[in-house]
Amino acid sequence: MRDVAIISFAQTKHVATRQDVNEVEMLMPVLVDVVEQAGVTKDRIDFVCSGSSDYLAGVAFSFVMTLDGVGPWPPISESHVDMDGSWALYEAWVKMQMGHADVALVYSYGKSSPGNLRRVLTRQLDPYYLAPLWPDSVSTAALQARAALDKGVITEEQMAQVVIDARRNALGNPNAQLAGDLELADLLAAEPFVSPLHKHDCSPITDGAAAVMLAAGDVARELCERPAWIRGIDHRIEPHAFGARDLTTSVSTAQAAAKAGVANGKVDIAELHAPFSHQELILTQSLGLDAATTSINPSGGALCANPVMAAGLIRMGEAAQRIMRGEADRAVAHTTSGACLQQNLVAVLEGEG
Amino acid sequence: MATDLILPERLQGVEPVRSIRTPAELNYQFTAGKATSQFLRGISQRRILGQRCPVCSMVYVPPRGACPTCGVPTEEEIDLPHVGTVTTFCVVNVSFYGQGMELPYVSALILLDGSDIPLMHLIQEVPAAEVRMGMRVEAVWVDDTDLGPTLESIRYFRPTGEPDAEFDTYSANVLGTRSHEGQTFAHLEGSPS
Amino acid sequence: MAESEVLTAPSRVEYPFRRTTGPVIGAFFTALREGFIVGIKGSDGTVIVPPVEYDPHTAEELHEMVEVGDVGTVDTWAWVAEPLDAQPLRTPFAFALITLDGAGTAMLHAVDTGGDPAAMATGMRVQARWNPAKPPVTEGETEPAPPPGGRFREGHILDIACFEPIPASDTKGA
Repeated sequence: MRDVAIISFAQTKHVATRQDVNEVEMLMPVLVDVVEQAGVTKDRIDFVCSGSSDYLAGVAFSFVMTLDGVGPWPPISESHVDMDGSWALYEAWVKMQMGHADVALVYSYGKSSPGNLRRVLTRQLDPYYLAPLWPDSVSTAALQARAALDKGVITEEQMAQVVIDARRNALGNPNAQLAGDLELADLLAAEPFVSPLHKHDCSPITDGAAAVMLAAGDVARELCERPAWIRGIDHRIEPHAFGARDLTTSVSTAQAAAKAGVANGKVDIAELHAPFSHQELILTQSLGLDAATTSINPSGGALCANPVMAAGLIRMGEAAQRIMRGEADRAVAHTTSGACLQQNLVAVLEGEG
Repeated sequence: MATDLILPERLQGVEPVRSIRTPAELNYQFTAGKATSQFLRGISQRRILGQRCPVCSMVYVPPRGACPTCGVPTEEEIDLPHVGTVTTFCVVNVSFYGQGMELPYVSALILLDGSDIPLMHLIQEVPAAEVRMGMRVEAVWVDDTDLGPTLESIRYFRPTGEPDAEFDTYSANVLGTRSHEGQTFAHLEGSPS
Repeated sequence: MAESEVLTAPSRVEYPFRRTTGPVIGAFFTALREGFIVGIKGSDGTVIVPPVEYDPHTAEELHEMVEVGDVGTVDTWAWVAEPLDAQPLRTPFAFALITLDGAGTAMLHAVDTGGDPAAMATGMRVQARWNPAKPPVTEGETEPAPPPGGRFREGHILDIACFEPIPASDTKGA
């Protein structure tokens, strides 16, 4: 296996809406930043991979327009996934394992504000049995939350505490959309949104972008003082039908964690892509993490900024950044896709020395 | 598989459903973004604005805020003349949902003087069979009262009557052989330049 | 027009799809059109509702379809206080995972409690509220129209308009 590392990371300052710019204009400063931080010129990039969603943008082939920001002439080696940027990172990682690239640029972005995100996400559901009922993303998450509460694997107080911790952590994150000090009593007394979820249990609507530079072996060492090495990465997917799986635990996350080697060492920080508070609890359990010894979502996580399609890549970047800065030695970065944690990607990142 | 599917008694001999109707509608509030907004504002003032790349000096119209070859933001606004050359065109004979034009009609790529990529628009006031590459054309605008931030403010392009442009004045655009002065990819081996 | 004015425009994306079903999914919808529900036996004999072509755990091709009841138990639910466009009801309702009598897996649908969230409970018993069958067209007459805001059964998940609570005294039991 080739050693591949994240050597730079950039993201937008996440806000509820960026009506003033189109996707290219929103993304460009992030691309300039991540390339500059990596200390490379564009010609050194062997492969470019991006993650975004046409349904989110409301435009077919929407990602083609954002390629303007990469300068794809003469023609470049490039790929795209209609998924979170973490899967674009995974594809780039595979390309690098094959020896087809030493340096790869990965970016992702999404504007959730133009459409109705809850309705847009119904289009990813089974077109025969589910989509015609338009079971929106908050409703399906709420089904999972109630199932977990009924089973006793989580409590409402724990859900509220996840939100409190996230918003407090976000105070230290200049890019977070939501941050602040919340009171448990206030959260427990709040009006339900889609019961049992309250508004605060759900991630905000966000427009944003993120990018990461990957480099292999000695190239990474040459370009970065303390690369965040990807020691393990794995992706597992569960059956689509809600009735075919246990919504109160994340089997695919546990499998991916085992394959990625999460338990092989101490986990200093874990950036978990949990757009709903109860999901952070389920993921922490499924990853076998102990919140007492591992800092969960020090960035504030998706509950504080959720640019759909970039939120997972941001978990990778936030974890990598802390390693690059020497604030952590070993980190877990997780990304989810599909309703109720249907599929999950887990990466283990480590710093050397 | 279909032959060995065991159906419950009540379904045997019943005309099966073979497809289902699943209509879906999603609504968005689409944002034009900075560059497109500036361009459309210009159109509503009878101006055709391009943007020039600070690195390779190419002029793009309509502008999108980034140079697609250099990958850098473009900001310099260029007021383009309303005349240009047809670089290629097609005669449309097929009707489609939402189409408003009478058939046949001509859709063309028009390289406005001073720009480096062509604009797509309609050609009218000339029989379709007479439209040709190199034909010089000018914009025909709507009345003042109908001007708005839309490319429909230009009704179509029509021949100016000038002699056709020589092929070498626009061949680089058609053949993709424009040079990219100052472009950062120039030293890549095997790259077309 | 102001320099700072942001230009936006509404954009409506429509997908007028008709999807082919194949024999297994087709059989489920045929049954719905006829007014009953079927599932398919999984590798371990569990009756999977709605039916799938391949077992979700073993990937084995499945063959035996069986009828299940239109009455079932709510396994979990979520209260939609403000329904979104095109959801099964316009008034507040619950989405629920319901295991029908005779089925081994839960299916998703809506539950109408007349707008009262307090009437929802995990474990409650519900029954399907069926939409009417399409009346036969008599020669020379126009096609009958469904009731306002309603629909005829045609082979669609909304052939079941939604589920509704069964009064406790009417409970049949699994």
